[in-house]
Amino acid sequence: MQQPALFEYVLRIADDSLILGQRLGEWCGHGPILEEDIAMTNIALDLIGQSISLYDFAAELEGTGKNHDQLAYLRYENEYKNILLVEQPNGDFAMTILRQFFFDAFRLPFYEALMQSPVAQLAAVAAKSVKETRYHLKHTSEWVIRMGDGTDESHQRAQSAIDHLWRYTNELFYENEVDQTLQAEGKVPALSAIRTQWLSTVTNVLSEATLQIPTNDWKFDGGREGRHSEHMGYILSDLQYMQRAYPNMEW
Amino acid sequence: MSTNEWPLWEVFIRSKQGLNHKHVGSLRAPDATLALENARDVYTRRSEGISIWVVESAHIHATDIDEADAFFEPSDTKIYRHPTFYEVPDGVKHM
Repeated sequence: MQQPALFEYVLRIADDSLILGQRLGEWCGHGPILEEDIAMTNIALDLIGQSISLYDFAAELEGTGKNHDQLAYLRYENEYKNILLVEQPNGDFAMTILRQFFFDAFRLPFYEALMQSPVAQLAAVAAKSVKETRYHLKHTSEWVIRMGDGTDESHQRAQSAIDHLWRYTNELFYENEVDQTLQAEGKVPALSAIRTQWLSTVTNVLSEATLQIPTNDWKFDGGREGRHSEHMGYILSDLQYMQRAYPNMEW
Repeated sequence: MSTNEWPLWEVFIRSKQGLNHKHVGSLRAPDATLALENARDVYTRRSEGISIWVVESAHIHATDIDEADAFFEPSDTKIYRHPTFYEVPDGVKHM
């Protein structure tokens, strides 16, 4: 492979999108109201669409003639490089919305920065995805504010979700030699600058929602290295079932 | 059934510049901002629009179906209000 660091980097973005899309898709037919059911599956489809373009690019970089389905469906758990946040269970509606909000607040400035990448395929995916992500963040922010500043129960559920998910947010900014290589080549943005924008969005929205940022600084990671939480295997068994049971099937 | 159900909103979509907003359906939402977002997700998934209006259904005043006779029938007998008595010249197209 010519550019192993870039391949790894593209997989990370694609895997974050795919796994979160798969998680959101679990709400299909189970949303709290019809309108929100459709809103969540819309977001899921946006994310899965983003992952397809990225897997196509990753397959091109890998150069072994695979297609996006083979990368999405036929890898082993430790070959997926998504962060732990996106594989966490849906929980209640507050948990799902807060997970999505933390992710969207990262993805928007991330894509805005990635649009400047000299790697044409990355810049193109970022330019297409940035509009989708802007809407996702708007939608989840509205919900965080309404739940936090809503009833006692909605406030408490939103705060519980924040307290639980906060430990996974640090991994959004995980960097290793892959990032250092690509940043040195000027191909990808430094995540430290994006962290500042993320924290500003999170602080503003949670403050308007009368919700508190947790004071503990537990930091869970491992996903970027292929070490996942116990939930990942169950997601993959759902996700991969058809391709494993009926290899090469298409419809 | 809960009495705290979210209000019903009527959704109007303009499909392109220069056309009118047309009523496309209704939905439930807790407030106007989320009604617009829900309308976007429910009614413009297939590029149906470039502008959305939402109006809380409670604010719409409608004619009473029982009064339809009084409201609408009188115009049925006034055929002279329709431009049907003109001969259309041969050269006119698209009439």
